[in-house]
Parts: sequence; C-alpha cells; structure tokens
Amino acid sequence: MAAQVLSERDLAFMLYELFDAESLTARQRYADHSRETFDAAIATGKAVALKHFLPIRQKVDTNEPTFDGEKVHLLPEIKPALEAVVEAGLAAPSTDYETGGMQLPLIVTNAAQAHLSAVASTTLGYISLTHANANLIEAHGSDEQIDTWVRPMREGRFMGTMAMTEPGAGSGLADLTTTAARESDGSYRLSGNKIFISGGDHELSENIVHLVLARVKGAPKGVKGISLFIVPKFLLNEDGTIGERNDVALAGLFHKMGGRGHTSTALSFGEKGGATAYLVGEENKGLMYMFHMMNEARIMVGTGAALTALTGYQYALDYARERPQGRLLANKDPESPPIPIIEHADVRRMLLAQKAYAEGAYALCLYGSQLADDEKTAETKEARTKAHTLLDFLTPIIKTWPSEYGPQANNLAIQVMGGHGYINEHPVEMFYRDNRLNPIHEGTTGIQSLDLLGRKVPMNNFAGYRAMLAEMHGTVEQAKGSELSLFAEQLQAALSELQETTNIVLAATAEKDLDLVFSNSVSYLEMFGHIVIAWIWLRQGMAADAGLQANPHKQDEQFYRGKLQAMQYFFHSELPKIYHWSKLVRDIDSTSFEMKPDWF
Amino acid sequence: MKVLVAVKRVVDYNVKVRPKADGSDVDIANVKMSINPFCEIAVEEAVRLKEKGVASEIVVVSMGPKQCQEQIRTALALGADRGIHVETDAELQPLAVAKCLNALVAKESPELVIMGKQSIDGDNNQTGQMLGALSGLPQGTFASEVNVADGKVAVTREVDGGLQTVSLSLPAIVTTDLRLNEPRYAKLPDIMKAKRKPVENVSPEDLGVDVAPRTKTLKVEPPAQRQAGIKVSDVSELVEKLKNEAKVI
Ligand SMILES: Cc1cc2nc3c(=O)[nH]c(=O)nc-3n(C[C@H](O)[C@H](O)[C@H](O)COP(=O)(O)OP(=O)(O)OC[C@H]3O[C@@H](n4cnc5c(N)ncnc54)[C@H](O)[C@@H]3O)c2cc1C
Repeated sequence: MAAQVLSERDLAFMLYELFDAESLTARQRYADHSRETFDAAIATGKAVALKHFLPIRQKVDTNEPTFDGEKVHLLPEIKPALEAVVEAGLAAPSTDYETGGMQLPLIVTNAAQAHLSAVASTTLGYISLTHANANLIEAHGSDEQIDTWVRPMREGRFMGTMAMTEPGAGSGLADLTTTAARESDGSYRLSGNKIFISGGDHELSENIVHLVLARVKGAPKGVKGISLFIVPKFLLNEDGTIGERNDVALAGLFHKMGGRGHTSTALSFGEKGGATAYLVGEENKGLMYMFHMMNEARIMVGTGAALTALTGYQYALDYARERPQGRLLANKDPESPPIPIIEHADVRRMLLAQKAYAEGAYALCLYGSQLADDEKTAETKEARTKAHTLLDFLTPIIKTWPSEYGPQANNLAIQVMGGHGYINEHPVEMFYRDNRLNPIHEGTTGIQSLDLLGRKVPMNNFAGYRAMLAEMHGTVEQAKGSELSLFAEQLQAALSELQETTNIVLAATAEKDLDLVFSNSVSYLEMFGHIVIAWIWLRQGMAADAGLQANPHKQDEQFYRGKLQAMQYFFHSELPKIYHWSKLVRDIDSTSFEMKPDWF
Repeated sequence: MKVLVAVKRVVDYNVKVRPKADGSDVDIANVKMSINPFCEIAVEEAVRLKEKGVASEIVVVSMGPKQCQEQIRTALALGADRGIHVETDAELQPLAVAKCLNALVAKESPELVIMGKQSIDGDNNQTGQMLGALSGLPQGTFASEVNVADGKVAVTREVDGGLQTVSLSLPAIVTTDLRLNEPRYAKLPDIMKAKRKPVENVSPEDLGVDVAPRTKTLKVEPPAQRQAGIKVSDVSELVEKLKNEAKVI
C-alpha cells in the first residue's frame, strides 16, 4: 500500500483531543456544525487532493510554467484541479453561508485544506493568495471595491496577487520606488517594476487583481509614504464585463528550485504611460493594510511548511517499514534475513526528529488558526482581545519555526531513504525543494527575528510577550502534578532562561550599539521558537496521556505512546539547545558583528 | 421515478481490523466508520439517474444504531433527497436487513432499489438476492452498467465468463459492482444543506420485522501468520520435511 499523505488519526487528535474543536459549536456562528460536518469537510478535502492533485504532483514539478512572449503556459491539468477545489467549496470554507462558504471554524478549515496543501503545495497558492487578497479588500476597501473585486474572486472567476517586492526592495520595503500619480477622476496612474510576484500572470482566470504597494508622487520617504492600490490585469467595462488590457505587462518568469506549480513573475507597470490603479483606503497607509494580508499569508506559509514536512515524514516512515537492509549489531548471523531499516535505532532517531518537528510545527499552526478564530468569534471581548494579542505576538514564530524546521524534516526524510531519497523516483527531494522557499518569502528568518526581538517583544509594554509566557506557565502548572511533571519542570527552567535572556538583551540596547545587541537575533528567535514548540509538545503529551488513561483501543494506545515518545525526543534532544542560543544572546556575543567584510 | 438506496455503516476500508480479545467479534470500538464502498456506488448511481432526469426522488435508508444517521447524512450531502433510519442496536444479519427493506419497498413503492452487492464487513453478498425473493421483484446483481428506459432497466452484470446484460421490468432491484461508477465527494455547502433534509426514524417493530439473528458467530480470529521460510541443505532434507512436517507428500 502506498504511503498515506497525512495521518488522519493525528489530524483528529490535534483537532479534537488537543484543541477541542468540537467546543466551537457552542458559538452562534458555528451552531449548525458538529464533529460530523467537520469530518465531512475534511474528507472532501482529502478526496479532492487525492483525485486531482496527487496524480499530477510530479508532473507539476517537472513541467514548470513557460512564457512564449505573449502568454503563460501551465501544465493543462492544473486548471481543472483548481476548479475542483473551488467547486467543492474548499477555496474559502470559513466564509459566510450567504457568500457560498460553509462558516467553518478556521482551525477546521486548516485541517480541511491540509491534504490539499500537503499534495498541491504551492499550486494551491493561486487560490489561497486570491482569498487573502479578497479578505484584505473586504477589510479595507470601499463598498464599491468590495462589490467589484471581491465577489468574482470568491467565485473563482478572478484571481489575486500581492505585489510588494521590487528588484531594489525585498526585505527593505521602505525603499520601494513604484510610483502612482493622482488623476483628476480620482484614479491613479501607476508605474514601476515588481519581481517575484506569485501568480502575477497566467491564463487560469478571467482577470488578475494585483494589490500593489507604491508611493504617491510627493509622498514622504520610508514606510510612511507607501500606499496600496488595486491594479487589475484587465480594466472592467461599466457593466462589469472584461474590458481593455491595463498597462501591466509580464516581463518574464523566474525558474525556481521548487514550487513549480505557481508562476513567479516580473511585472512591468506603466510601460505605456501608467497602469490604471485604484487606491485602497487612504494614501500612505498602504503598508498597514498590506499587513492584513501578510499576517494571514505568514500563517499560511508556516502551515504549508509544516504540512510538507508531515507528508515527507509519512513517506519516509512508510519506506522505512518496507526497506530491508542490514542487521542489528547484536546479530552476527549472515544467514538471517536483513531487517527493515526502521529496526535500526538511528533510522528511528531520524523518524522521531521528523515527527517532533512536523507534528510540533503543525500543532502550532493550528493553534494560530484557533487564535485567528477566537479573535473574531470568542464569546467575550476580553477573550477576543487576548487572542488578538497572542496571535500578533506569535506570528513571527508561527511563520518561521515551521519554515526552518519543515525543510529540516524533509532533509531527514531524504536521509532516511538514502540514495533513494535523493532521486526523483520518490517525492521527498521535491518536498525539500518546495519547502526551502518558506524561510525566504513573507519576511526572511533574519527579518522575522528582528521583528520578534525588536518589535513584538517590547510592544505595548510587553503585552504579547507576557500573555504568551502566561499561557506557557499555565500549562506548566497543569502538568506539574501529573505523570509529565519532569517535562513541566524542564519547560519551566527554559522559561526562566528565556525571561532572563530577554531582560538582559533588551537592557543592553540602552548602552550598546543596537546592531551589536541584535546581531544574535536569530538565536533569540530559535530559542523562543523551541520553547513554544516544547510547550505545544507538552500539551500534546498531556492530551496523549489523557487518551491512555481512558483504556484505549490497541491502535490508539500505540498512537498515544508515539506522541509521548516524540514529546520526550523534543525535550531530550531539542529543548537543551536553547541554552546554547541563549548564551550567545545574553553574552551579546560579538563574533558576527565584529567580523569585517574585508576579512572574508 | 422514485429510487430507494440502501447504505450500510461499516468499518472504514482503511482500518486494519482485529478480533476482540475474547474472540467474540471484530473490535470496532473507536475505529473510523464510513459508508460501505459498494453502497457509495449505489448512491452515486441514483444521483446520476436524478441528474439525467430519470429519477425524481432518492430515498436513502440505513439500518442499525443511532450513528447510522451519519451515513444517511453523507448520502443526503451527495444528493439523496430524504432519509429513513431503521434504528436498532440488535445485530443485523442479511435476512433481517432484507426483511426491513422489503417492508420499506411495500411502504414506499420505489421503482428501483439500488444497493451494494455486498458489504466489506460481512462480505455476505446475500441481502439483494434475499430482497428479490421476499419482494418478488426482478434483480440485476453485480451491475457494471445500468440503463433505464421504457419501463425497463438494462443491467450489465459482471459474471465469471464476462459481461451479461439482463433486462428487468420495473420495479426492480440492482446491486452494484465496483466498476459501475466512481463516487463523487460531498461539496462543502451541500454538507450543510444535508442537515436540513428530512430523516424519518422507524424501528424494525414499526415495520413488523423480527430481526433476531438466525445464525450464530462461534469465534472470530485473525488469519494465521505466515511463518518465515528456512533453507534446507539438500534434497533429501526437503523430501523429509515435506513428508513429515508439511505432510503434503
Ligand atoms: C518563490 C517566491 C515567491 C515570492 N512571492 C512573492 C509575492 O507573491 N509577492 C511579493 O511581493 N514578493 C514575493 N516574493 C519575494 C520575497 O518576499 C522576497 O524574496 C523576500 O522578502 C526577500 O527579499 P529579497 O529576495 O530581495 O532578499 P533581500 O532582501 O536582498 O535579502 C537577502 C538577505 O539579506 C538579509 N537581510 C536583508 N535585510 C536585512 C536587514 N535589515 N537585517 C538583517 N538581514 C537582512 C535577508 O534576511 C536575506 O538573508 C517571493 C519570493 C520568492 C522567491
């Protein structure tokens, strides 16, 4: 039997045993739901993934998009597969019934799209970016803009992009130079070059709605002078039908190491005098609006990274059970048959590491989805505010940890399979290539670490930081009297280390060069991330322990034991690394800072 | 034309089943349950008939404990119009199921009854045929193609020698084989709509059926594990083993 894409038992564990998604049905918005409707949605997500995407997975990878100077050509099977997603109602299941959605809680939506994301990888980006784009316009656009652009995007007729990056402005968006000039009719003429724009051109939809960051002529320098515009590929006629081509041209496609389902484009705006652009909200507030989409996209990136790690783990696990090779050290009998490689402890180490990384990462992302939901639908204002504070604080970690450790898990999937993992007869090398993008886009790891330490931690008088620590301390207290008290103590010690380190490094900013003090910011992010994942694992351990107490079925018992063992792996082999990272940070280790470019 | 479709709740085909420790039955505590795959094909066929304008109403029926409602609602999400749940916690054997269905056929007067040729738990392959005998309706079993026209249904059957097509006058019974169609999945908005479709609850007693089992399960045990092979040193040892251990010569 072929490897399963994801473990459904694990999905159910996370949803129902770890995060108690069923309790959401008590909320007005989800009153029609039950575990049955949740499971049915998840089953449909899986069915669409297996039917439409699994058969073309490798083809998508080996047939990257091409541009003939006029049109973009994609593997033809991509279009019907994406249409199947939209038709099944899987594109935006969390939206209202009235707009064709299922009013599915976000955490369940995440699970319902999990198989799709695991199999379709970035190909699904056409759809997810479109809905993130629509969500932004819904939140910050005018009624007319919502009516004109959101509806066709929800229906799958139009698709959307986010166009921020320029050749000279990637991480440093403050330096972007695309400009917009105000016309007498209130619209704008926009010109400039954008690169790396995902889904920036293709023939999949009637129209493409670009959300473009640009500077209105005369705007102040830096981020305070950035505005956000809707720039469609085709202008619309009065009656809403597709009109003339706007002044947006595809300059070319990029050829990538992975993520080949999704076009990466260089776009030229205004080569013929200026693309017609419509301002979203007010001038100079564009970056703030864009964060609406970026924050959503960052959770999406973390989730995609985690799911690619999970599916690679499932593949390697299945392989390790089947592949006979070698004998145990204790067995000297050459007549005895070779054993499946999973019998070797070192192979189990690599599988455990993948399990610990991937299931830890995905649980964190589901927690993020739960917070995104609570932020909107929790019963009390207090609970909504708390969820908002926690999510805002955790976003750099939800984006980065899965993005860094997801590819590491895929790296180990290759290693488990030896040479067979390195060749394209198996998909794990592709998983690795696909996943390798994630630490780069939506803010590189370096940028996220500065965001965490420089902004998110001290923000609002440490509100998010404190709230997150309180959550983790709460779990420690709960676990203390239980079977898992040793793990609770380890986490508590790690939390103390984190607090001390944070105090020291932030105090140092008053005395020392900021670039020196923050030169180990990635180590700080690593430390914080590992502690958050240890916390998520402790919670998984507690849920597994509860499952074991309830006299489970044999298969369930094994499942719970596996959870506890992966938790133990994380606490024994990973969590201690924080002391190394924290030392670099609190000692303000200056090695990288003092290294001179000329010394290389 | 009204179509009656029977669906059974069974252990999901992906689950590795095991006997209970006491060998009394298969252990199904806490395992994933689904619609029997053959029944899914039956639902799909009915929905296709409705989409073609041949069927006007699809009634889906399931028998068994309370949780069978899940499978009924799955069928409603796929396109059935209403459901009937014959609720009982008793063990249901093919004859009891056929009797309940016979009572429902009398009550609902469908022109076509579509059901799976067998269920993947019991693998009995009996219910459709028993319903045929009880109701006196013609039956087309193991269908790989179904065409309804002019008061008749042509059923192409997968038989040992190849394909056989029979023509049955309606009302009739069709049991499905795997190649009849590829079942669809439920669209998300339809999952919610299914919740508003009516499901009638009846008991076997309401239908005047005694469901008491007629056969008794003595023991359930896993198939014997295959033993690892050994290497023999020469032909005479082989012959010796075949004679005395395997006892085949
Ligand atoms: C496949 C793909 C898809 C993408 N999709 C989109 C999209 O849809 N829309 C869009 O707008 N963009 C998109 N991007 C662009 C992406 O967001 C940028 O590549 C990313 O922000 C990094 O910018 P850059 O490539 O210019 O790298 P640079 O900014 O040049 O960074 C290079 C290195 O320098 C480091 N660095 C830069 N500045 C600092 C600093 N201040 N402090 C410390 N270190 C720093 C970075 O961490 C990185 O390691 C995509 C990119 C790729 C590869």
